[in-house]
Amino acid sequence: MATSIKKLPDIEQVLSGNGACGGCPATMALRIVGKALGPNAIMLLTPSCSVASMGMTPKLGYNWPCINITFASAGSSASGITHAVEIMKEKDRLQGELPTVFSWVGDGGTYDIGFQALSAAAERNDNMIHFCYNNEAYSNTGVQRSGATPRGTFTTTTPTGKRQPKKNMPLLMLEHNIPYVATATVAYPGDLYDKVVKAKNIQGMKYIEILAPCYLGWQFDMPETVQMSRMAVRSGAWLLWEAENGKINFNNPSSQIISGKKEAEPVDEYVMKQGRFNRLLKGPDAAQRIAEIQGDIDREIAFMRERAKITI
Amino acid sequence: MKAAQVIMDTGTHAAALAVKSARVDVIPGYPITPQTSIMEAIAGMVENGELNARFIPVEGEHSVLAAAVAASAAGARVFTATSANGLLYMHEVLHMASGGRLPVVMCNVNRGVFAPWTLWADHQDSFAQRDTGWIQYHCSSNQEVFNTILQAFRVAEQINIPVMVNFDGFAISHCLMPLTLPPQEDIDRFLPPHKPEWRLDPANPSSFSNVTMAAEYATFRQLLSDDIMASIPMVKQAAQEYKEITGMWDGDTIDTYRLEDAEVVAFAVNSMAAELRLSIDMLREQGIKAGLLRPRLYLPFPTEDIISALPKNAQVMVLDRNYNYGHPGGILASELKSVLYGRRNDITVKNRVMGIGGIDLTRRFMASEIRAMMDE
Ligand SMILES: Cc1ncc(C[n+]2csc(CCOP(=O)(O)OP(=O)(O)O)c2C)c(N)n1
Ligand code: SF4
Ligand SMILES: [Mg+2]
Repeated sequence: MATSIKKLPDIEQVLSGNGACGGCPATMALRIVGKALGPNAIMLLTPSCSVASMGMTPKLGYNWPCINITFASAGSSASGITHAVEIMKEKDRLQGELPTVFSWVGDGGTYDIGFQALSAAAERNDNMIHFCYNNEAYSNTGVQRSGATPRGTFTTTTPTGKRQPKKNMPLLMLEHNIPYVATATVAYPGDLYDKVVKAKNIQGMKYIEILAPCYLGWQFDMPETVQMSRMAVRSGAWLLWEAENGKINFNNPSSQIISGKKEAEPVDEYVMKQGRFNRLLKGPDAAQRIAEIQGDIDREIAFMRERAKITI
Repeated sequence: MKAAQVIMDTGTHAAALAVKSARVDVIPGYPITPQTSIMEAIAGMVENGELNARFIPVEGEHSVLAAAVAASAAGARVFTATSANGLLYMHEVLHMASGGRLPVVMCNVNRGVFAPWTLWADHQDSFAQRDTGWIQYHCSSNQEVFNTILQAFRVAEQINIPVMVNFDGFAISHCLMPLTLPPQEDIDRFLPPHKPEWRLDPANPSSFSNVTMAAEYATFRQLLSDDIMASIPMVKQAAQEYKEITGMWDGDTIDTYRLEDAEVVAFAVNSMAAELRLSIDMLREQGIKAGLLRPRLYLPFPTEDIISALPKNAQVMVLDRNYNYGHPGGILASELKSVLYGRRNDITVKNRVMGIGGIDLTRRFMASEIRAMMDE
């Protein structure tokens, strides 16, 4: 059982009064992450909503030392920091416990421009946590497509709907043979919290991806962030899982969908609640478009069910 | 007291030995000819315990410098090296290093840039990074490479500006020359441990390089521009103190040869400037009062030292191993003309581009070019 939201520590690393939109899923998720990591950490960010909302120089809305780096560089820059603090500690130039080095990066900085550097950092198994808060688009630049944008989605660069399915980035990270990979989302804060606590205590590369329904990009009502996150999981559009040393385990309620104990809810309601899909579902091809979206989800569920059986 | 040791060594290995002597903490690296052997040597030293540091074998040069700047922001002493397209690939992060005031030291082993491919030296790569806010040295011998890396760390950490140490591919990088290694205790005296005023520290949460309003942004830029100029006395002081401790001298912001009474002055950087000393001797034998002025610093451009060193009414022959596209001739000539304008109207500046893509620059060839330029 995941830790209850009532039992999460009181500590707040995300300070009040930052510049994010109301109901911002990235900020919500970071708040939970902060409760799990505590203050002894160094944070890296790439250009994104989380940078735009952290406060202008010299103000800072996150209670960590934060470095903004070039967009492509989360993997390599986090490697630089983690090696720096380790060698400085070895040479007695740092006292106390080593800080956790973590990157807080969007799907653009993870799936696309940052993919190469992140892949290399994973292959080196450098000691860090890479968080991808995945709002399935480049939100900060006004909602353009990314490699995480699902098929059928309106963005400003896919005005008639994206034609390709998203890639399975958590699985790609798993295939780097790193010690820990997990997925999470804001509707399940205890699950996210537990995963971060676990990752914090593992040496090497840890990857945690958090589905972050963004009202602006997804076009739903601001107060519905958490509801949208829950619907994504219940429909199987987002699967909650974690893998320690390569072995995949699904978490509730995704585990029930995978095991067949519970049917995934049809995607229709999830899709129809979001302008990014439903604005394209007004024509005669609506049924076929929804079937394509449903088909991608069904395929991922079936594929991940089989992939999880491989435990060599 | 231990005596200095003299060995035969290549330029790239001399660079690696300087990195070891500087007790560097973190070295991200990626191979590119002719720089590769620096990284190979450092990887070996780290592996066998000779150098207590972390070598990070990243997947490309953009990541090399991204790892370097971040390690520097965490408080480590950081070195890396590259050449040509590797340097071009770093361009975005070069700006982050200087704008972020991170004292990284990097060797660039000069090589012509793609397209088409060439492996050999010219100076398009480093000069193309003029406006990135790095201090740039250019070196003309293996010994100078060694000495300059140590001086570069002194200057970089004093003023929090990254420093690029350039030297030619092959002529310097791969040729054996005698190399004097000062005793480690002398180097430790010259280069104390890195104690940054600020670093990424959980005990002091602060933001680094986030969004900045125009007035403050402009202030940051103004400070960088001012401090680059303010590094000149630091460069001189580092050269002077290095000389006092080790007895070695390569010049400070500039290096000169038979310049005092010269009527014809050759003006060039890197290995061709070493060869030019022989051309100067040849010209002197022919009765021409020739001399050499070699800027060791390309950036900041050593304006005052050049202006005061040039003899009255001299003809300056700028030999550029690069193109200044859109202008006639090369980049050094443009720089020189712009600083002389209105200050030394007695000086004539002439310019030729040569040695592109590694074409061999012999003493005879350069002497005859200078003679021909005299008649122009
Ligand atoms: C090299 C580079 N290219 C492009 C940009 C412009 N840019 C800034 S943020 C951004 C999108 C970020 O998307 P993501 O990582 O998903 O974060 P989000 O905005 O969705 O939070 C882009 C393209 C940049 N800052 N740097
Ligand atoms: S656009 Fe979306 S991700 Fe960005 S701050 Fe607003 S809610 Fe958060
Ligand atoms: Mg995004």
